[in-house]
Amino acid sequence: MLELQNITYLGEDNTPILKEVNLVLEDKKFYVITGPNGGGKSTLAKLIMGIYQPSSGKILMDGEDITELSVTQRALRGIGFAFQQPPRFKGITVGQLLQLSNKAEIYGELCNYLLDVGLCPKDYMNREVNTSLSGGELKRIEIATLLSRKLKIALFDEPEAGIDLWSFSRLIDTFRNIHSRNGQTTVIISHQEKILELADEVILIADGQIQQKGEKDKLLASILQGCDCSMDCLERTGEADECR
Amino acid sequence: MNVVEKRLLREVADLHDMPAGAYNIRKDGQGVGRQNTENIEIKTKTDKPGIDIIIKPGTKGESVHIPVIITESGIEDMVYNNFDIGEGSEVLIVAGCGIHNSGSKKSQHDGIHHFIIRKGARVHYVEKHYGEGEGAGERVLNPKTIIEVEEGAYAEFELVQLKGVDSTRRSTEAKIHKNGHLLITERLLTHKKQYAESDMVVELLGEDSTTQIISRSVAQDDSQQVFYPRVIGMNKCRGHVQCDAIIMDRAVVRAIPEIAAHHTDAQLVHEAAIGKIAGEQIIKLMSMGLTEQVAEETILQGFLK
Ligand SMILES: Nc1ncnc2c1ncn2[C@@H]1O[C@H](COP(=O)(O)OP(=O)(O)O)[C@@H](O)[C@H]1O
Ligand SMILES: [Mg+2]
Repeated sequence: MLELQNITYLGEDNTPILKEVNLVLEDKKFYVITGPNGGGKSTLAKLIMGIYQPSSGKILMDGEDITELSVTQRALRGIGFAFQQPPRFKGITVGQLLQLSNKAEIYGELCNYLLDVGLCPKDYMNREVNTSLSGGELKRIEIATLLSRKLKIALFDEPEAGIDLWSFSRLIDTFRNIHSRNGQTTVIISHQEKILELADEVILIADGQIQQKGEKDKLLASILQGCDCSMDCLERTGEADECR
Repeated sequence: MNVVEKRLLREVADLHDMPAGAYNIRKDGQGVGRQNTENIEIKTKTDKPGIDIIIKPGTKGESVHIPVIITESGIEDMVYNNFDIGEGSEVLIVAGCGIHNSGSKKSQHDGIHHFIIRKGARVHYVEKHYGEGEGAGERVLNPKTIIEVEEGAYAEFELVQLKGVDSTRRSTEAKIHKNGHLLITERLLTHKKQYAESDMVVELLGEDSTTQIISRSVAQDDSQQVFYPRVIGMNKCRGHVQCDAIIMDRAVVRAIPEIAAHHTDAQLVHEAAIGKIAGEQIIKLMSMGLTEQVAEETILQGFLK
């Protein structure tokens, strides 16, 4: 179980990005975090991974205070994070990256994780993770590095971004399978209805706070119906995409 | 051969034993071993220190190893090596210099390599520099490489220096003729107070001649690096220069690429980038369970591969 207690995160100029967030993520549940851009979703995930340090508040994992632990220590305790914008690595191949992520498995087995994200291992294992990869390919490789690990909590930040429709439906299956296969807690930040539908619980974050959290059926209806992000919409004229 | 000598040979020429093909091993200014083959002849120069390496036309799949090792402090060695790579041949040449200096005097090796890569030949040349030893004596290497790529020939030059050499001034001059191609990859890592300078001029003389220069370097501690890659297009040709450096600590890196076109169908491109390791890269690897230090080493290793 992962617990965030009164987490506040101040950005540059002390502007609050997350305000007094309290959140419990239970074991083996599937969560989807959604909400408008700039609401603080990625920030929340980075706080859990240890990439950001909270300005105040505590993070507990199975009762242990992990607030002071480094990114590495949290990774070794079973937290994993797929970046919204994954970095590229000149000279490091996809296969090597998978191997760094999962040291236990033999090289040949790692191919399977590429299949899970709709990439042909033959074409990709020896490719460098450099600028020759498209944004969508890079995202899928990023997802594969997480799939390859045995995690307690797997965080995916907008995994669907830049991924074509065919691969997308495959990805949905993968997320469903991997969740039940690994018995991990899955947290996906997403705007996609299809991904929201996978969730046991949906968490709506806007304006640095958790606006709603609950079972997807109840929440989905209200989210899909209308936009809770009045701030975001008022600033625009006409129909904004997010507010259909 | 003693342990130090064996290690130097392994570092610069990947040699664990005597090589199978032709070889010439030079130690502390003296030749200490040589083997010719039916197709490859190595001859000692009569007018100055150095060797002539003559590869018969049509020689296929053979290799030549010509490592130089310096194990004594205070040696200043200067050699002239000529390579005549016959028409249509395909060879691997492994050169390189390893210095073990445990004394207080400077040890220096300056090699002048002159290559003629004849019509349609393909050559892969690897040159590694390596230095070690606890002494205060400097380890200095100043290679000069002159390359002539004849019609339709293909040459790949791999120049590597990872740590251990205090000062290096590398000069490379190449002329490429019709349909000839030259690929130069340079990999360099400097640390402590080391200094490395690389000066290259590639002239694309013939129609459809091409060249690619790829330089990857890492500068750590208080080290300094300077790159002057230049490509001159005199004909319908293509040239690409790419300098990519990771800078760390208090190091200084200068990259001054130049492209010059003397023909309307010359297509020349240069790219140069210097930057530190992206924080995102380190965090990504840490989030996979690597420590910060291992993450950094992994990134540098990949970059210099
Ligand atoms: N390190 C940071 N310093 C200052 N502001 C930041 C930082 N990271 C994100 N922000 C800002 O915090 C807000 C929330 O960002 P983010 O968590 O990325 O939102 P989301 O993922 O929901 O789109 C945005 O206004 C963003 O510009
Ligand atoms: Mg985000």
